Amino acid sequence: MASARPGVSVLNVHLRLVYVFLYAPILVLMVLSLNKGGMPTAWTGVSFKWYVRLAESPEIISAAVNTLIVAVVSTVIATILGTLLALGVERRRASSGLDALLFAPMIIPDIVLAIALLSLFTLLEVTLGLHSIILSHVVFNIAFVCAVVRTRLKHFDHSVIEASADLGAGEFTTFRRVTLPMIFPGVLAGALLAFTLSVDEFIIAFFTAGAGSSSTTLPMRIYSMIRFGVTPEINAMATIVMFVSFTLVFLSQRVNKGAITGE
Amino acid sequence: MTAATVIELEGVTKRFGDVTAVEDVSLALMEGEFFALLGPSGCGKTTLLRVLAGFEHPDEGRVRLDGNDITDVRASRRPVNLMFQSYALFPHMTVRGNISYGLEMEKLGRQEIDRRVAEVMDMAELGELSGRKPDQLSGGQRQRVALARALVKRPRVLLLDEPLGALDKKLREQMQLELKRLQHEVGITFIIVTHDQEEALVMADRVALMRDGRIEQLGAPEALYENPASRFVAGFIGVTNFFEGHVAPGGVKLNGHGLLKGAVPDGIETGATAAVAVRPERLALSAEAPGGANAVKGEIAEIAYHGRDLQVHVTAEGVERRVMVRISAADENARNFRTGQPVWCTWNPEHGRILTG
Repeated sequence: MASARPGVSVLNVHLRLVYVFLYAPILVLMVLSLNKGGMPTAWTGVSFKWYVRLAESPEIISAAVNTLIVAVVSTVIATILGTLLALGVERRRASSGLDALLFAPMIIPDIVLAIALLSLFTLLEVTLGLHSIILSHVVFNIAFVCAVVRTRLKHFDHSVIEASADLGAGEFTTFRRVTLPMIFPGVLAGALLAFTLSVDEFIIAFFTAGAGSSSTTLPMRIYSMIRFGVTPEINAMATIVMFVSFTLVFLSQRVNKGAITGE
Repeated sequence: MTAATVIELEGVTKRFGDVTAVEDVSLALMEGEFFALLGPSGCGKTTLLRVLAGFEHPDEGRVRLDGNDITDVRASRRPVNLMFQSYALFPHMTVRGNISYGLEMEKLGRQEIDRRVAEVMDMAELGELSGRKPDQLSGGQRQRVALARALVKRPRVLLLDEPLGALDKKLREQMQLELKRLQHEVGITFIIVTHDQEEALVMADRVALMRDGRIEQLGAPEALYENPASRFVAGFIGVTNFFEGHVAPGGVKLNGHGLLKGAVPDGIETGATAAVAVRPERLALSAEAPGGANAVKGEIAEIAYHGRDLQVHVTAEGVERRVMVRISAADENARNFRTGQPVWCTWNPEHGRILTG
């Protein structure tokens, strides 16, 4: 043990440096969002005025509402479809080719998916707006929800479904009282992840939103504001978005902890 | 005893692709009997159980319950319950929740459910565990919950798929008797699937030994043990010595040992290959050539002490495997045998069975 000490302390220093590297920019962002004067170069005291100003901006509020609508609706749809997909795929013992196709929307670069979706919408002459963003977010979120629910199903003893039937339950009752409660942590984790991804998503929303500010989401608003320089409001907004995402991912991992151990 | 038939299989065949899991099986199970489907893995016993439960639809044949055809009735509508090998308890429900589930499906009143659940929990000694979740229970407790969950439905037939498979040896022996007692108490027909011949012999009133999707022999445990219908049955149930030779009038001719007397069953022709099957406890050892009885000469290869008895292994010319002789340790002569000593393995001709196949 004693001889390992020097090595361990070097690793400790390394670990700390990695954390500094990862979190220093975020810390700077948070600190600056609280800077009274608003100048990135001079610290003039703590103030929440940039947060207040955000709340007073109708454009920001409408973008936030849009983001919430997109996130909630696409999460609900993707969670239902993704969960059903996971159940179907696990039951069929899918081939690896089918598996790869399921994962594709997770791995395909966002920009490619964005262009593809825009082309499809144009081809079908779909008017663009919040609904087209929602549909686009459903596309990749299904894959994520499906993947999360499937990890839960890997440890699923399918004989409980037969046991439920044996005890007199119909298929719907079995789903409602046995299958769903058993996979629920996975479904909830998938939903939280989908919600987070949707809230943060920029490229696909940007391509599929169409013209006009009525379908502008928060990341799009940030992007358009940033063209005139990084303002303290942007720092404040980014901080809020970060906290929301962080909380949701944290929750998602917590509720799905049992999926790994099969509890 | 003129017990009524509860469940009846008629010419049931089940195929999975090219594999025929169950082939033309007909069976009639009596009211209140403890029946065992025994056989090696892959013999079709579990498939047969699943046909009875309603999870597999037979490709051919019918299933009848109390005279009514239930072949096309779904599992959820059959008054037949299955206790799963894995127990298949609902992990998110308490012990009580697991047990009451089946009654809730019958849409019974709250009071009726409470009464019947309490009754069955009492019987299975689960009272104190009612609020626990399955992962807080021991293997034996889970087994009792699974049993209670099926019994509370008061099925016409209870199917048990390797019910003791997950328990350790000591608990298993205890539960064998416990299950038998319980079955007497509730008077429900039990059908148990097992690969453990001892389990089947101890518990069942009747045993069907299966092989390659067919029933090889069906009968009381004693009948299977004492009068095996084939070499497979004799070999699967208990330990048996086979002396292989050719059928001659009045017995089997064994190379180098002369004629082994025995009753040749009908339908076996003279000259056919056959074996005389003799249980180890029916064999005796003798240091000198005996007169009258069947005898095979050999040499003691090994003597294994098992407390209550001795297992003497004898190598004999023309006999492929070592002959096993079980003699009581209380026998005065037992101590006189030594490894390497020439001996005769003898038996009364009526204790040998001439078998083919």
